[in-house]
Amino acid sequence: MGAQLRAVRRRIRSVQSTAKITRAQELIASSRIIKAQQRLHAAAPYARELTRAVEAVVSRSENVDHPLTQPVVSPTRAAVLILTSDRGFCGGFNANVLREAQSLRALLESRQIETVTYVAGRKGIGWHRFRGREMAAEWSGFSDTPRHENATEVASSLLEAFNRPTSEGGVDEIHVVYTQFVSMLTQQAVVHRLLPLEIVQTYEEPPAGPLPMYEFEPSPADVLNALLPWYVESRLFQALLDSAASEIAARRRAMKSATDNANELIEQLSREANKARQAEITQEISEIVGGANALADATRE
Amino acid sequence: MSMQVELVQPEGELWSGNAEMVIARTLDGEIGLLTNHAPVIGILAEGSMVQIRPDGGGADIFAAVSGGFLSMCDNRVSILARQAELGTDVDTPNVESFLAEALRDAGAGPEEPPDVRYYRALLRAAEQS
Repeated sequence: MGAQLRAVRRRIRSVQSTAKITRAQELIASSRIIKAQQRLHAAAPYARELTRAVEAVVSRSENVDHPLTQPVVSPTRAAVLILTSDRGFCGGFNANVLREAQSLRALLESRQIETVTYVAGRKGIGWHRFRGREMAAEWSGFSDTPRHENATEVASSLLEAFNRPTSEGGVDEIHVVYTQFVSMLTQQAVVHRLLPLEIVQTYEEPPAGPLPMYEFEPSPADVLNALLPWYVESRLFQALLDSAASEIAARRRAMKSATDNANELIEQLSREANKARQAEITQEISEIVGGANALADATRE
Repeated sequence: MSMQVELVQPEGELWSGNAEMVIARTLDGEIGLLTNHAPVIGILAEGSMVQIRPDGGGADIFAAVSGGFLSMCDNRVSILARQAELGTDVDTPNVESFLAEALRDAGAGPEEPPDVRYYRALLRAAEQS
């Protein structure tokens, strides 16, 4: 066998094994994405009812005076929470989130706001360590299947920083950068302000008109006090679930295109291998014919 | 006409259906909800029990909740628990060992910590259902 043919065959084998790996990753991601979407949907009723209740309290008590909803007049420090993945092989997923986070930090700093970074996910942590950037806190190990406890843990650390005065290292604002799961094909890196709260409307306006006059037990203020931290947690949990579903969808897409590329490469290389083999055969035949002719000439004389 | 009740946790729904009556414990004390109760939002006591009497005379459903709130409006009751378990799903021996451990860690305080109360609520719910 010629040297060229052998080299091409070896490349084909190596690309084939790569394709096998990426194909397996793609299949794993395909089966996980359904579960991630189900979890995203299962969490929706809780978030919806909580939002509704918070709105009911806020609309009822006209002048809501709660630290979590009061924007600071001139903020000096802001926390930026970045949700990334624990594992790679997911295309531009982490790069997009980190780019978005970079531009957010640049924006805040242009307004003379100091930023404090919180990172979830091994890839983001690695990115910050490599560049020697300081992180106030880091979490990892739950990026593809976040539990509510994880959201509680992150939220309590952020709330603690928010409740501390800025002179003692607290923050005035909390922003979260994550990837929103729009559909299987589209995921978008977005920035949301978590605190001070902007009460988001996630449900349709009831046809009956304004919200009913609720009675509160114990009192509207106490209810609000209890609800707001849960609301923060719930929004954070939604962000974690969104990010998890996006990560898996991004991985599936990245692995699919890697498999497609590998298959294309295999096709090209096989063509090359065939050509090399054919050239070898042609050369052998011409050698044989040449040899036979030379022999015939020798006997004739 | 009966009420539509849903018992939800952050990660998903635990129970839903139509019910005649819901009994829960808020910070102000016990509250019983029947059809056409006025709209109400109440914070649930930590480590308390929620009782739901389903339509059609089935057995009552008992669930332990670690905290959360309930809201009622237009005969729709939503019970949002930060953590909850139906009495029928409780693994009693397991919870008992957790309770013993939590009691040991807690020591002799004037008030029981929330996790102890939640374990007790779990055991009560398991007992009643």
